[in-house]
Amino acid sequence: MRSDPADYELIAPGNLKAVVSLLADEPGKWLPIAGGTDVMVLYAAGKLPARKLVSIWNLPELRGIEISPEEIRIGAGCTYTELREHEVIAREFPLLASAARWTGGIANQNRGTLGGNIVNASPAADSLPALLVYEAELILVSGRGERRVPYLDFHTGYKKMRLAPDELIRAICLGRRYSNYLHYARKVGARDAQAISKVCVAALGQLRGGATGSVIGDVRIALGSIAPVPLRLTEVERNVKGKPVEPELVQLIRKMTSAAIQPIDDIRSTARYRGAVAGNLVAEFVEQLGTTARHWEDDYE
Amino acid sequence: MSHSSKHHGKEDLGKCELSLTVNGKPETVRVYPMERLLDVLRQELGLTGAKEGCGEGECGSCSVLMNGELVNSCLIPVLQAAGTNLTTIEGIAEGPQLSALQAAFLECGGAQCGICTPGMILASCHLLNKNPEPTLEDVREGLSGNLCRCTGYMQIFEAVAQAARHRAGA
Repeated sequence: MRSDPADYELIAPGNLKAVVSLLADEPGKWLPIAGGTDVMVLYAAGKLPARKLVSIWNLPELRGIEISPEEIRIGAGCTYTELREHEVIAREFPLLASAARWTGGIANQNRGTLGGNIVNASPAADSLPALLVYEAELILVSGRGERRVPYLDFHTGYKKMRLAPDELIRAICLGRRYSNYLHYARKVGARDAQAISKVCVAALGQLRGGATGSVIGDVRIALGSIAPVPLRLTEVERNVKGKPVEPELVQLIRKMTSAAIQPIDDIRSTARYRGAVAGNLVAEFVEQLGTTARHWEDDYE
Repeated sequence: MSHSSKHHGKEDLGKCELSLTVNGKPETVRVYPMERLLDVLRQELGLTGAKEGCGEGECGSCSVLMNGELVNSCLIPVLQAAGTNLTTIEGIAEGPQLSALQAAFLECGGAQCGICTPGMILASCHLLNKNPEPTLEDVREGLSGNLCRCTGYMQIFEAVAQAARHRAGA
């Protein structure tokens, strides 16, 4: 049943201060709407519980990508198009650039925002595993001021997050320290474009010299669409650190990954398929890390 | 006072007046802020070129350009379009002449039932504005948010390539 626009209020105060004070006056009463690519879908289907909306689209304080030597700070209102087209993101954070390219078609990339993707909190969002492995930090703003929190434990359950009813995400910060890592991203969906993932993976890793050859050094692995929240596989990460890439390790990782996740059956896939694919993708990542090791060893010869 | 409330009636409560430019022409409409841009274009302004397919941002039939950017007009509350510059399929022809892109769609068989065509043309227009010499891969990606159930897409890709060649030669 379609919604009747006469039942909804929407205002556009035009600056962050006014939006924040509105949220402070009536916490939880106003739903912020940025590019509308999620909110308007619910609205059209008559499933939007909020009746009062406040537009944060194009708020100047939420726009722009700031670069400093240590980090990049992405305004929460930046669109996927802006992420895709940004040189530093393409070069240093390719997992985020890939996720931006995978999310929707061009029209949705022109409107969908990174902040919106985080608060919409879909377990299938392609950008969230990338934020997990880059260990993003979020800047939250409210009438009480700003606070900076790690993204790692921001999502606590299905569509649940550590965001107060009077708070907005203002920016997403990524440390610029991953140039010597292998960046691995894979999405498995019904087709490449505009398909919501059955499973998606973002992973980062590097090797270091061990006593008898290269072993896995720092490593981060995150998956989407396989649990109520995007998941970092910390247990698997612990188990591969310090080990050489050998077929037995790859087999073990495949099994550990399938055991670490809680995939479900839904319209897009089955739990069994998701478990198998997730294991295979993480195994592929570890194998690729091993290949980089062989290349390095070749260089030394 | 009673006259004006009778004139607007109960339905008018909550509406707002906003201005936008559509195909170069300034327009002012009195609408609910949460009305979808697509409905305002079609019902208030009589521009029925943009079509409603899925109504959830997957099919691209309602594509228009907003300040030069390709958007799905079914996902835009009209308040967010206030003050913007919009181009719909009605603004693509050059006077009585079809644009080169429209002519190429006709020549290549890129338009059949016509439901997706306005969106396809706007998406192609957006692509060629950003990237005047697209590869086939660029065209596929540029049109990936626009679904067609008739042509099988190959004629559409050929039409975009032909229009690009025409622009380069012109």
